[in-house]
Amino acid sequence: MSIKIGEVPYKERIQKGIKDDFMRQAVSSAQGRFRTGRITQAEELGNWEDWRDLGEEIRTHTLENLDYYLQQLSEQVSRRGGHVFFAETAEEANQYVKDIILKKQAKKVVKAKSMVTEEIGLNKALEEVGAEVVESDLGEWILQLDEDPPSHIVTPALHKNKQQIRETFAKKKGYTGSDTPEELAAFAREQLRQDFLAADVGVTGCNFAIAESGSITLVTNEGNAEMVTALPDTVITVMGMERIVPTWEEMEVLVSLLTRAAVGQKLTSYITALTGARLDEEVDGPEEFHLVVVDNGRSKILGTEFQSALHCIRCAACINACPVYRHIGGHAYNSIYPGPIGAVITPLLEGYEDHKELPYASTLCAACTEACPVKIPLHEHLIRHRQIIVEKNMAPTAEKLMMKGFAAWGSNPSIYNMSAKMAKPALGPWTKDGMIENGPGPLKAWTDVRDFYAPQGQSFRSWFKQRQKDGGSK
Amino acid sequence: MKVSLFSTCLSDILFADVARNTLEILERVGCEVDYPMEQTCCGQPAYNSGYLQEAKASMKQMMKAFRHSEYVVGPSGSCVSMLKEYPHIFAGDPQWEEEAKAFAAKCYEITEFLVDVLDITDLGSTFKGRVTFHSSCHMKRLLGVKEQPKILLRNVKGVELVELPWEEDCCGFGGTFAVKNPVISQEMVSEKSRHVAETQAEYLVGADMGCLMNIGGRMEREGKKVKIIHITEILNTH
Repeated sequence: MSIKIGEVPYKERIQKGIKDDFMRQAVSSAQGRFRTGRITQAEELGNWEDWRDLGEEIRTHTLENLDYYLQQLSEQVSRRGGHVFFAETAEEANQYVKDIILKKQAKKVVKAKSMVTEEIGLNKALEEVGAEVVESDLGEWILQLDEDPPSHIVTPALHKNKQQIRETFAKKKGYTGSDTPEELAAFAREQLRQDFLAADVGVTGCNFAIAESGSITLVTNEGNAEMVTALPDTVITVMGMERIVPTWEEMEVLVSLLTRAAVGQKLTSYITALTGARLDEEVDGPEEFHLVVVDNGRSKILGTEFQSALHCIRCAACINACPVYRHIGGHAYNSIYPGPIGAVITPLLEGYEDHKELPYASTLCAACTEACPVKIPLHEHLIRHRQIIVEKNMAPTAEKLMMKGFAAWGSNPSIYNMSAKMAKPALGPWTKDGMIENGPGPLKAWTDVRDFYAPQGQSFRSWFKQRQKDGGSK
Repeated sequence: MKVSLFSTCLSDILFADVARNTLEILERVGCEVDYPMEQTCCGQPAYNSGYLQEAKASMKQMMKAFRHSEYVVGPSGSCVSMLKEYPHIFAGDPQWEEEAKAFAAKCYEITEFLVDVLDITDLGSTFKGRVTFHSSCHMKRLLGVKEQPKILLRNVKGVELVELPWEEDCCGFGGTFAVKNPVISQEMVSEKSRHVAETQAEYLVGADMGCLMNIGGRMEREGKKVKIIHITEILNTH
């Protein structure tokens, strides 16, 4: 898998999402829970805006000094017995991990949740060299069994309900139990426990790497990251190059923002930290630890007007706040990064060609920008993407012509005045009782969905001129 | 106090009553109001679609039209929030940067102007009916005007204001979004229409005709009886 999920055209994806009542019900109720949770947590803190300011400041500082902190992280990991590899591309990252698997003759790899390994398509790469890869995050495990891509960056199986999950377990794992969440989870736990014990290599993502100590940290509610990092002899962490903080102090702030913004929790049930490999005097930790730092297009964003998109801490608050996402679901974005943040970073990481519709899949209502705990101006980035699409001459011709007309109209009061005068008579033939039900030309797309209000009477400016002639205000 | 009315192109051309009510309210509270005829559109349709040069053409016209105004007041949170963006858009432009800053600093949405500048919270208006209020996205999130319209509404005699469920959700208008993504827009506006119906209000009040014509147009199509009404029409009663 890569960032792009498949080849289905945009309009078909939207239709498929909108017709999927199960998915929409699941997404809508989850959004309701997450949003309410986030808002409650923000209110409880009392000074949420101060926290957001601090979060933004930390991310801005870290990204401004990314080279320094990455070097520090690398030195610290090496000092604690770990190996660090900087991968410029997805292929380089995958090759490095494959080489370890081959060297270790590893049969089974167990993974904790990681978006960046989805991004680079690591599972497929490891399966190519004969390893069995098992996802241990419950949501990811369900999707892996079902061969379905994630539709959300925090709760990847958000689009599925418990009946569908029961069916998947029955079909793929011979499950015979009920669809109560407790029973389903107990079954998954029992199955996964065997995998944890048998795994030769553990692979994790990384929420925040701590430059000062060379630690990587992971946030989970299931504790599976503990198992992945504690049981196998070899642990490999794959991180996006921006997923780093200077010290534990900044980590504490960001993790507080992350869990509150993501699901409305003060903290998740587990925060796993791993610092290098087991040293001689230590009693636990993996025998071998590798840190793979993935660029895969990120450094191209550094120093551009989109740099703040790299501030993202993958909490999905923007996704949970987005009304467009609620109606079409994650798969409609055709990116493993859906929703507003996905619409911003997907074209940056993979280009506009395959993703040019995404910046328009937003009403620019700014619910995303308001929800973001590190204050990424998401809706402004979407506007900037639209500008680039226009600059690259990728916008539809009819739209370009209409906008040329707009410029002439908006910059020339006499043309504007004429249009104000002509609007009512021009729309007369289509108007009935003040409403237009079947509009002509560009109005058609509007009236396909809703009525259009015909001009009430004369324009305001005509009325105002008349009033002045009649002697001004009352 | 001298105030220049910014009618917004939408109200000027389609909903003249909204601009007229705004004018009359401003005059009622003692403002001396002029209407610069050179004004056109804030530029948002082009700006939000990514047509920066085309948007700037209209924006420059607006700055020229209101060059000599002390205050610029209009009946739309969305259009006024666009005017407030000009300094950001013209940053680094030696000819327009300073003018954009000066211009943005004197622009206000009508309820914001009444409550924050004139310190008026009760216009002595009377309006009978059960109403619900849709707070438009740009007005509350970009302009930061949230409570002002409600403060004014609560002080209208006869008004029964009921809360709109998921009030903060976008109605699905989004300018060209409504015609570029009609299928998604339809789902959004239908959901909004359902929420309005749940309130059993007779009127849906808003401070942005863009949202109101979207929701109202959908409710008309669905045969719902709820009427849309701009807040200035309620405030401009005695």
